[in-house]
Amino acid sequence: MPTGLLAVSYIGASILFILSLGGLSHQKTARRGNLYGIAGMVVAIAATALAKDVTGYEILIPAILVGGLIGAVVALRVEMTGMPQLVGMLNSLVGLAAVLVAIASHLSPPTDLNPAEFTILAVEIYLSVLIGTVTFTGSLIAFAKLQGLLSGRPLLLPGRNVVNITALLVLLWLAYEYLAVQTSGVSLLNLLPVSNVALIHKALADTGLLALLLAVIVASLIGVHFVLAIGGADMPVVVSVLNSYSGWAAAATGFMLGNDLLIVTGALVGSSGAILSYIMCRAMNRSFLNVILGGFGTEGGAVVEGEHGDAVATSTQDTAQLLANAKSVIIVPGYGMAVAQAQGAVSDLTGRLRKQGVKVRFAIHPVAGRLPGHMNVLLADARVPYDIVLEMDDINRDFPDTDAVLVIGANDIVNPGALENPNSPIAGMPVLEVWHAGTVIVLKRSMATGYAGVENPLFFKDNTQMLFGDAKDSIQAVVGQLAG
Amino acid sequence: MLIGVPKEIHHDEHRVAVTPQSAERLLKLGHSVVVEAGAGGMANITDDAFREAGANVLPDGRAVWEQADLVLKVRPPEPHPTHGAHEAELLRPGGHIISFILPAQNPDLLQRLQARNATVLAMDAIPRISRAQKCDALSSMANIAGYRAVVEATALFGRFFGGQTTAAGSMAPAKVLVIGAGVAGLAAIGAAGRLGAVVRAFDTRLEVRQQIESLGAEFLELDFEEDGSGEGGYAKVMSPAFIEAEMDLFAHQAMEVDVIVTTALIPGKPAPKLITASMVQSMREGSVIVDLAAEQGGNCELTEPGEVVVRHGVSIIGHTDLPSRMAEQSSLLYANNVFHLVDELTSEADGSINVDMGDEMIRGATILMAGELTWPPPATKAPATAAPPPAAAGGQAGPEVEVKDKGLNDGIRSAITMLVGGAILYGIGLYAPASFMVHFTIFVLSCFVGWQVIWNVAPALHTPLMSVTNAISGIVVLGPLLMVSDSSLTVVVLATAAIVLATINIAGGFVVTQRMLQMFRTS
Repeated sequence: MPTGLLAVSYIGASILFILSLGGLSHQKTARRGNLYGIAGMVVAIAATALAKDVTGYEILIPAILVGGLIGAVVALRVEMTGMPQLVGMLNSLVGLAAVLVAIASHLSPPTDLNPAEFTILAVEIYLSVLIGTVTFTGSLIAFAKLQGLLSGRPLLLPGRNVVNITALLVLLWLAYEYLAVQTSGVSLLNLLPVSNVALIHKALADTGLLALLLAVIVASLIGVHFVLAIGGADMPVVVSVLNSYSGWAAAATGFMLGNDLLIVTGALVGSSGAILSYIMCRAMNRSFLNVILGGFGTEGGAVVEGEHGDAVATSTQDTAQLLANAKSVIIVPGYGMAVAQAQGAVSDLTGRLRKQGVKVRFAIHPVAGRLPGHMNVLLADARVPYDIVLEMDDINRDFPDTDAVLVIGANDIVNPGALENPNSPIAGMPVLEVWHAGTVIVLKRSMATGYAGVENPLFFKDNTQMLFGDAKDSIQAVVGQLAG
Repeated sequence: MLIGVPKEIHHDEHRVAVTPQSAERLLKLGHSVVVEAGAGGMANITDDAFREAGANVLPDGRAVWEQADLVLKVRPPEPHPTHGAHEAELLRPGGHIISFILPAQNPDLLQRLQARNATVLAMDAIPRISRAQKCDALSSMANIAGYRAVVEATALFGRFFGGQTTAAGSMAPAKVLVIGAGVAGLAAIGAAGRLGAVVRAFDTRLEVRQQIESLGAEFLELDFEEDGSGEGGYAKVMSPAFIEAEMDLFAHQAMEVDVIVTTALIPGKPAPKLITASMVQSMREGSVIVDLAAEQGGNCELTEPGEVVVRHGVSIIGHTDLPSRMAEQSSLLYANNVFHLVDELTSEADGSINVDMGDEMIRGATILMAGELTWPPPATKAPATAAPPPAAAGGQAGPEVEVKDKGLNDGIRSAITMLVGGAILYGIGLYAPASFMVHFTIFVLSCFVGWQVIWNVAPALHTPLMSVTNAISGIVVLGPLLMVSDSSLTVVVLATAAIVLATINIAGGFVVTQRMLQMFRTS
């Protein structure tokens, strides 16, 4: 394929990708958006595969088929509740791919470069490796946390900031060494004891590669540590950040290879993740740094005092009666709904109440769940129409005119302490003001505190009743009562 | 706690402060309710209805006053015609009362209540904040008054409001001018519009223009730059030049329109005189003026408060009891307003009254606290509707300065950001080779495109956004695609692995996105 045609294909692919993201601005156009994305990808891959230097089709085609098959099968099998894990997993793959490409690029650099371009290439390779590695290991840990393989509690090493800063300094030094080797061939690494052991010396004759691999190790540790220090409820931010990183990794690869399509696409993805992170942070009233440095609940817990009272328990019968007699009901789902897999039961309840003429709506807090938009996807999966699923800002003022609110497995996002108690660790976080409604029913397993470890005064309000037990069982029982 | 509801004694007052429905809700809060026999009679509520709701009905009004911990009323207390005492003196010492009080007009009443060590909350002093809307009886009554004003006007107006073309002839629609687009004005605009009239409205507050137009009326504009938005969403006194222009407009309109509804009030001041005798004279015979400001002296010079008079062939309605003329409706709304206030006051579990002076709404409504004058409350904040800059009160200089400071800081911060960004760009431009600059340009522009596009994404679609961007970031596959034909085996192996990884990502991301998007449906 002539170079001109390749360039034109890349322009077409870039436009298709932009249209794809633009299509997501509304549910109606979203599917078309996804198709644009697929079309862009097909154009990009086909054009590249047909480029004049590419000959290894006997490897290329099977590799694409294998990868595509694995991806499609995993994506078709995954449960909608497993969405956060899948996103984490996929992020990690992009990171790893970027690292492999960077190393390959190091091993087989273009030959026609002037010294300045060569230096820039070295910088790009190094950056690509760093970003890719952090994305890879960070996403793996995020996946493990979301899958429940690792505890959701933040791991807070003593002096963790010192550790981080040290690691960064080491990375800077390795960068310097790598550039030095690549441009002048002189490096302290040549003097390392390992490089004097004959065998290893031979294996690592390429000191540049050694520096690169050492950087991979250090960056891996940074990625692991970065995500380990962040707790479960901050996961939406972390997943967004990693999503953003995977974009920057692609962009860095693009610089490295001098490929504009990679740069454009990487920048689109990178800014998308960055915006999502920003939205999530704002929804928790916390700065980005505050989330990244972790440690929710470390300084908070002690400040919470008093506010204890009697929580009133209720039964499924009473709940069913309350809902049946209500004119307007708002359901507030949280991560607990996902854990209990209760979305199907919730959808049944919604359908039944709507049939009986009750106005049912859903209120979604931006950080409900473990992924931006997590609740929307779960509810959509359970066939809840999206036009009754509203965002916090659109529904918060409707609570005073609402007869009953059903809080399902949510805690911090309905905590009045955020507005009323300036000492609360979550003070200032915008929350769903459910307590203005006639009656609030909170479905919960027990009286345990939420993720932030903050006592929730909502449970002790006069118009709040607690329905203890598994959310799915409770709701199914309520549906049964309504039917009977 | 015992809540007492005496029968209203004011002449022509038909409302009652509690309805059977609100009594039932008060009982649910754990209070008991005693109602004077016949209290709801004029609002079509029988004593039996109160009994059915669980309230006690006492024939003796004096007993209601004496027993109750909290008395709920509509009109301010006044001398009782049969008990031979002022209602304030019937209140039990140290008792509580919630009703309209109009403290500015009734200093004598305040003294009497003070002598009883009473705690008094005025429904007319509820601040105009969004949280207090459920208690805002001024608004709920104004809404009724505005509607009723139009109904009264149609009764006296000799023609249809809406235009019609029939076999017997065509009729033009009536032209209605509404002055003052507060709650009452807007209700009047809505009611007149629904009857088919051509409605025009005028208000000194420019912020209400949209509300007027949303009801299908025309907003009359002066060719004059001055906004009349005062504190708390009310209007303020305008400059003489403005008033002159305004009067000119009314004079012109008076010659054209058939019905004028005036609702112009300025808090704590007599109603402004907007319709002069000569304007009335210039109106067509048979026209109607409804003066909703009659109680505060009237917006029309010829208004006789409480009366309907005909001057120069124009009927001028000066009723001061419009809400009371729809007592069933107004009692229902007023009782709900009062209920919400009681609900806020007795939030303690034991049902006792807690006048929480830290609560902005309660603080504003409280006139007397155990006999101690707490009125007027300290100045309130921001107007109720959208916020034009605080041109109103002198006392607000503080916050204004603060805003400026913040603006300055923001300015400095963005200037620093610009400088740093500029310096970085300068550094790159100085040292980077030209080939890099081309890519760099594309990179920066793409970031901006991404920034613009992503903000439009619906929050409900954030998860699909993540999975689609995930799939797209699999574009790194282009790198290994180009490398897979390399001569070095290591490179080929690495490239192959990278292709597999990236295509998993691409296929997985797109497929899962498609699955998710198929689930989103409307009802």
